[in-house]
Amino acid sequence: MFKYLNPKRFYFAVGKRKFWEFIVLAVFVLFFYGPLLNMFMMAFANVYEPPHLLASEWGLKWWNFIFEQESLRSSIIQSFVVAVITTICSMIICIPAAYSLARFKYPGRRIFMLSFLLTNAFPKIGIFISIGVLFYKYNLMGTLAGVVIIHMINSMMFMVWLPSSSFRTVHPQQEEAARDVGAGPVRTFFKVTLPMAMPGIAVATLYTFLGSMEEAQGTLLVGLGQLKTMPVEMYGIILDYPGQAGAVFAILLIIPSLVLIFLMRKYIGPDAIAGGFKMK
Amino acid sequence: MSEKKIKLQLKDLTKKYDNGDGVEHINLDIYEGEIVSFLGPSGCGKTTILRAIGGFHDVTSGDITIDGQSIVNLPPEKRPTAMVFQSYNLWPHMTIYENLAFGLKLRKIPQRQIEEDIKNMLKLVSMSGCEKKYPSQLSGGQQQRIAIARSLLLKPSLLLLDEPFSALDAKIRQQMREELKKIQSDLGITVVFVTHDQEEAMTLSHRIVVMNKGKFEQVGSPTEIYDNPNSKYVASFIGEMNFIQDGEKIIAVRPENVNVIVGGSGMVNGKVRTIMVLGHYVSVNVQCGDDVIKCFVSREISDQLEVGDPVGLDFEKYHTFTE
Repeated sequence: MFKYLNPKRFYFAVGKRKFWEFIVLAVFVLFFYGPLLNMFMMAFANVYEPPHLLASEWGLKWWNFIFEQESLRSSIIQSFVVAVITTICSMIICIPAAYSLARFKYPGRRIFMLSFLLTNAFPKIGIFISIGVLFYKYNLMGTLAGVVIIHMINSMMFMVWLPSSSFRTVHPQQEEAARDVGAGPVRTFFKVTLPMAMPGIAVATLYTFLGSMEEAQGTLLVGLGQLKTMPVEMYGIILDYPGQAGAVFAILLIIPSLVLIFLMRKYIGPDAIAGGFKMK
Repeated sequence: MSEKKIKLQLKDLTKKYDNGDGVEHINLDIYEGEIVSFLGPSGCGKTTILRAIGGFHDVTSGDITIDGQSIVNLPPEKRPTAMVFQSYNLWPHMTIYENLAFGLKLRKIPQRQIEEDIKNMLKLVSMSGCEKKYPSQLSGGQQQRIAIARSLLLKPSLLLLDEPFSALDAKIRQQMREELKKIQSDLGITVVFVTHDQEEAMTLSHRIVVMNKGKFEQVGSPTEIYDNPNSKYVASFIGEMNFIQDGEKIIAVRPENVNVIVGGSGMVNGKVRTIMVLGHYVSVNVQCGDDVIKCFVSREISDQLEVGDPVGLDFEKYHTFTE
């Protein structure tokens, strides 16, 4: 059986092109999934000595450890609270902005669109520090509101660009037809415009929620360690305990993301995301 | 129509866009049960008037009344009009049934009544049984039928059609015209129709409004406009017309009003340039000096003609315009 694993045999069996494609794919898969696999392995390793590939003792020791931590449950709740508030506030602010960008032509519209890119262009730490000055002035340091604002700044580009491109796909005549049959402007927006733009909004909302769930840097700096979300808690655990504890925590952190991506898999795709970055 | 009741009245309607385009001082009465077409090239303001009636444009000045009531300050949803657009009429996230029921539900019509109305209306537009489909599953012509059905279901006082068939191919367009005309006469509804297709306007309308650059050129029945165009513009826009320069004046004559005299001499003389058989009649182009005159003749006459033959032309009926 092993003779079929001989690379030379494989090379001539599938041809040159296929062979190299296979090699490139294999390297890519290893690069992409290797760290993830390693993390899973670590999470179930009671004892792990670094030069070895696999654990020297398997078990659920670190799972028990993490679940015994009192801060775990509170940090999960804290993370969800922050993410939900961030998402709702971001929707309230960004969706009308996205709609206006899609529908109305005014001077400086493109610059306004591009300006959302700026917050992502600067190193985050610089922004957080300069925001810190303002936040101290308005007593927002170490508060929930302050952290939510930081998370919203991170999500703004997605929350404006993606829904905006979705709104553009709704033809003005489709809104006018709704007005024509007797729906007022508000009903038209909620019954026709919003449902038609839903795929883009759903993807943007998902990104905002997940982004908020995993944000650590800003939460640590602005929250002053008072708001212990899961990623903040994880920082502490990674610093204080062996890598296995961090791995367990990371897996726990993936769960909400996986659930959400699974629920919204219909809307998420390269097309939906690429569509958001068209500048018109 | 002995006692004609005025349905829609446009009183000194003016709509100016920021760039100065638009329509000015439009006055028109449209009677109950009439199909009136606004005909003109794109940018002539015909759609502007229609959208003003539907409530999608604020008017600069003037008044619009339906059954004597001013509607000029009402938003589209409060007007007794229903509009069918060129395209993008239907909402793709709703089934055909939901599309049709949307307006009826807003009017608080009982569920059972809605179901029955929709069933009857789909039968009327020959689209029975498509309630559960989505708009993307229908062809362009079928989608426009549904759009017309949706408008008719609301029993509008006035049906506004903005080039509803222009996105369809020629054969379906022809068929849709006939169906619309039948539905209109069955229901006795008043229709305002916008088109740039003169054939469509001629076949559908009771009256045609020929427009040019934001102004009415002529208002009249299709035969009036065809037989007695009151300007060179209208003459050139409706049907085929030969224009012959005669000093200061321009003589306009329709190809079917030219008599071809084989070999002989007539009002003008020339040589046959081309002969094209178009089925039951023949189109003959005659070179007369600098002008080419198109004549429609019978097969009997064309059989006696060869390219290059000298012919005389008599004009049975013609119009003269000054430049």
